[in-house]
Amino acid sequence: MNKLKNILTVFKREFLSFFNSPVAYIVITVFLLFAGWLFFQQFFLMGQASMRPLFGLIPILFIFYAPAITMRMIAEERKTKTISLLMTLPISNMEIILGKFLAAEALLGLGLLLTLPYALTVSSVGMLDWGPVWGGYFGALLMGGAYLAVGMFCTSLTSNQIVAFILGLGICFVFFIIDKILIFLPEKLTTVFEYLSVDYHFHNIARGVIDVRDLVFYLSFIAAFIIYSIYAIQREDWR
Amino acid sequence: MIEARNLSKAFGPVEAVKDLSFAISEGEVVGLLGPNGAGKSTTIKMLTGYLTPTSGTVKVAEMDTSRDIQAIRRRIGYMPQDIPLYEDMIVLDYLHFISDIRQIPAAGRREKIKEVAERCSIEKVITQSIGTLSSGYKQRVGLAQALIHNPDILILDEPTSDLDPNQIVEIRNLIKEIGIEKTVIVSSHILSEVQATCGRVMIISEGKLVADGSPDELLARERSDNVVHLTFQDVGPEEGGEAIGRLDGVSKVKVLEAGRFIVEAKTGKDVRPDLFHLAVARNWVILEMRTEQISLEEVFRKLTMN
Repeated sequence: MNKLKNILTVFKREFLSFFNSPVAYIVITVFLLFAGWLFFQQFFLMGQASMRPLFGLIPILFIFYAPAITMRMIAEERKTKTISLLMTLPISNMEIILGKFLAAEALLGLGLLLTLPYALTVSSVGMLDWGPVWGGYFGALLMGGAYLAVGMFCTSLTSNQIVAFILGLGICFVFFIIDKILIFLPEKLTTVFEYLSVDYHFHNIARGVIDVRDLVFYLSFIAAFIIYSIYAIQREDWR
Repeated sequence: MIEARNLSKAFGPVEAVKDLSFAISEGEVVGLLGPNGAGKSTTIKMLTGYLTPTSGTVKVAEMDTSRDIQAIRRRIGYMPQDIPLYEDMIVLDYLHFISDIRQIPAAGRREKIKEVAERCSIEKVITQSIGTLSSGYKQRVGLAQALIHNPDILILDEPTSDLDPNQIVEIRNLIKEIGIEKTVIVSSHILSEVQATCGRVMIISEGKLVADGSPDELLARERSDNVVHLTFQDVGPEEGGEAIGRLDGVSKVKVLEAGRFIVEAKTGKDVRPDLFHLAVARNWVILEMRTEQISLEEVFRKLTMN
């Protein structure tokens, strides 16, 4: 019960602090700008009432969007030393990381929510099948969570936001590209690499098919990186 | 209340704290004194469980920091050095955030916040964003944050470094007032501060405890009774120097101008009565006679300089 309260407290502070600084506005605006432009470019070429173009883009957009949200979360606390106060309050590292992760997920979700008008626009000009749309949004939240967990881990490693961002971008890119280089690999490894791809599981869900295997993948992926982050913030060398 | 046993902390090859042992009982106000880089902050960070000791143990209120750290943290109010605060937050929101984590019940929370704001005199800035505050106000917000849950133990790392003289006096009075019922640890490299607020001083140098006692005890320990400063009225340097030098137990006489002498005696010998009798016999007027006074500054320098 107290654990939940502490997570909620951290979540609240973190989420509001996005809006106390220009970060949230900039990140969301840039995301919507790219998503909107790229989506409608393809949409008019395809001439179909479908959100597929958007969900095709999201795995790539999120590679930038997710680390941009998380990059400051621990790194900035280290730089301004506020972490020395946070970590001496009666609150555990797990509660800190989970609270921050959920705040990041909420901001990512807000960005996604703001793409909903695209879907409404599309449905006004043609017959839109809403099943894959909801599947796509749901999958995007899960995949975004996976990217954000990676981002949390990266920001936990450093006191430099730029380092956190670039590192997060790099690792996210690896998990994105991993099933696209399969032709260079021995056949035995292909299923393993395909399974590790965040993108692959997303497209399964975005088709509107929710498979337990995909859910398990995302949840365990997120859990793993959250656990790495919890361990990473205990490092002491910069103090 | 606090017990450190053989505490050591190494950062790679650098040993910040070496084999430090001490005990602080309930209600004591202890000044942790030492030059910059002596290991004060490192020691404090180990007490709060922010750093894990390389070896040794810390017990706070009978609990071990390696096991019951959350329970210990609930009883500690801590203000780190350089008062790290969330600059984008409003003071009131910040205090609410701390109250949330400190699990101060919603009923009566307003009163608590109001009370602590009054105590630290930050009511005027309570609706301001922390980033816009002067460093004096920031320091007091940091203090309010540490006091809000009425902790048994208050740990302040250089609490007055950014304050003006009036504010320093205010904070010192506050520390004294809190020290009546609570255990307080104040780290500082400013001696007058420790002398003014603390009943006990621990001097740390290069990670080791070099002195521990009340300010008076430390002064007494380093004072030397065998050096006497003496001033006679109208006594020539040669005449006086010769006469004093012939006294039993005097090992050295330093003659200064206008009848002033510094008399050094052999260890354990107090030459003041002899000097008095000499003056009476010669009919010299003593204007001043005192044993050498040593200030806490000198004790500090003596103990921390090699």
